[in-house]
Amino acid sequence: MSEIPLPQGAKRVVPWWLLRHETMLAAILLIALIVLGVLNNRFLTLDNLLNQGRLTTEVGLIALPMTFIIITGGIDLSVGSIVGLCAILLGYSWKNFDFPLPLAICFSLLVGAAAGLLNGFVVTRVKVPPLIMTIATLALYRGLAEGISQARSVRGYPEWFYFIGQENLFGVPAQLWLLLIAIVISGIVLDRTTFGRTLYAIGNNETAARFSGLPVNRVKLTIYTLSGLMAGLSACVLVSRVTTTRSDMGTGYELDVIATVVLGGTSIFGGVGTIWGTVVGLAMIQLLKNGLALTGVKGDATIVVIGAVLILSTLVASSLQRRRDGV
Amino acid sequence: MTAVTLANAEADPGRRLKALASQEALLAIAVIGLAIAVGLYNPRFLAMRNLSDVLLGNAYIGVAAIGMSMVIISGNIDISVGALIGVLATISGTLAVNGAPIVLAWLAALVAGILVMALQGAIIAYLRIPAIVVTLGMLSILKGGLISVTGGKWITDLPDSFHLADIELFGVLPVPVFLMVLATILAALWMRYSASGRAIYAVGGNPEAARLCGISQPRTIVMVFALHGFFAGAAALLYATQLRVIQSTVPPNLELTIITAAVVGGVSILGGVGTVIGSTLAAILIAEIASALVFIDVSPYWIRAVQGVLILVTVIADILRRRRMARA
Repeated sequence: MSEIPLPQGAKRVVPWWLLRHETMLAAILLIALIVLGVLNNRFLTLDNLLNQGRLTTEVGLIALPMTFIIITGGIDLSVGSIVGLCAILLGYSWKNFDFPLPLAICFSLLVGAAAGLLNGFVVTRVKVPPLIMTIATLALYRGLAEGISQARSVRGYPEWFYFIGQENLFGVPAQLWLLLIAIVISGIVLDRTTFGRTLYAIGNNETAARFSGLPVNRVKLTIYTLSGLMAGLSACVLVSRVTTTRSDMGTGYELDVIATVVLGGTSIFGGVGTIWGTVVGLAMIQLLKNGLALTGVKGDATIVVIGAVLILSTLVASSLQRRRDGV
Repeated sequence: MTAVTLANAEADPGRRLKALASQEALLAIAVIGLAIAVGLYNPRFLAMRNLSDVLLGNAYIGVAAIGMSMVIISGNIDISVGALIGVLATISGTLAVNGAPIVLAWLAALVAGILVMALQGAIIAYLRIPAIVVTLGMLSILKGGLISVTGGKWITDLPDSFHLADIELFGVLPVPVFLMVLATILAALWMRYSASGRAIYAVGGNPEAARLCGISQPRTIVMVFALHGFFAGAAALLYATQLRVIQSTVPPNLELTIITAAVVGGVSILGGVGTVIGSTLAAILIAEIASALVFIDVSPYWIRAVQGVLILVTVIADILRRRRMARA
């Protein structure tokens, strides 16, 4: 942290290391695919893989903006609670305010964006560390979801609403298209735009980024808002898939999302990371879950593995980085 | 930022002391004021039975908040403590049911708590992984591990002597309240007057200055987490022994309540500042609010939202106050 290499040096060194990390990850992914396929003949079928894609979309949609946030050295722990709040408001506004469903969807997306905006606003203006701010809103947003819903669930949505969560489009689960579009857009934004490069600059040295005249606060405000918005979108997809709305929806998503991003090679210390890595991380986490489930491991034991993966991948990444810095 | 604060605090220790005292005084006033206000609305709230239930049922949060305060003062965070308390309660209960000596069942919770937390502290301090990553990972390991081992079965038929929380000292003073008060006073004195207690503030306030003073930062952090594990163990015992059953699942969002108590108690999230007297008062205040909601006919489902607002307001107030102090 103390010695930041010159921009030219950083440009050369970082992609080289990233390439290695991601190639390594992709190789592990490939081996895991083959091993799981040999162990279980139901695993390596197109149906199963597409279905896994369906299940992973909700986490994937949030993992993309989380990659942005972690690259800037921030974190957002409130995403799971935003999912819960948006899901509840989708059902509540439809049922109790008699909003037409499309309006209710827009409303819940808007609430998601507003929830993220509040995070971003306090982080940039009051300078509350993102970790603490989002722990506070983790409690606040979940509390609002619980208070508004009074633990009642909403169900019985119209048939067309289930399309995005349950149907196929051109033979591929409908929500997977949503995820693919989001991946392509965020990949281009991160790699090819000033906005994207600003994220790396903030993560490497925020003070230097400020002195270079980069709009640090505006960029941060944007990514936290985006994170809330995508959590709202994820809530809509989730409700459409499971056909019901409860206040505990999205509990623990922050673990899946952060594990995905960190496993994908994004440094928790900021300044390093790619969307491509996050996509590979996402695939790995989902295959891990699916592979464990197929070999008869229950869901609760799976989160043990994900927790361990989160700690270990951070350990490996930070020791690799330290070695690189040492050389 | 921390360097500025510490310099400021050292330049004017009187003012810092006053600011801290006011946080605790404020909380004490809030605890009493709220009781009076709710009592006027609904006198049943002030029934001795209700007040003692609030204290007894939540003393474990006060105890756990002591350790959490130390962790936050040292500049770290821990979100695994709620899951750990669930695991420790189950370990202790299982031992007691299977006929282990009661003292051993109690000790096991304390020792296991210290071990798990010291391990986390060591990973954070020596391998330099951020506390949030380690404790988030540990949260899911403990939570998933507990449910898959116990299958969510409740522990019943606990021996009578196991129920630490039922014992009344001298026939009047219930153990949970006694432990909470005793632990708070001892921890407050230790943190105020002992060298290792002061080291926690030094490491949290200005790690570089602490290092130059010859304080080992990694060792201090491991010590803080080990102590935090001890208090989590004590909290788990109170939690496990206050009911006739142990649910063998992790109490949902318990860590948030404990963090709220620590932060609202005046522990600065930027590290280096705070006392455990404040965190204990805050734990009482939060329990009181939760109980008051019922008596003023507000659904208890709002309690988490109230907690969120409390953290938010205290944190923002703390940062604004620091900024004003730095400017002055």
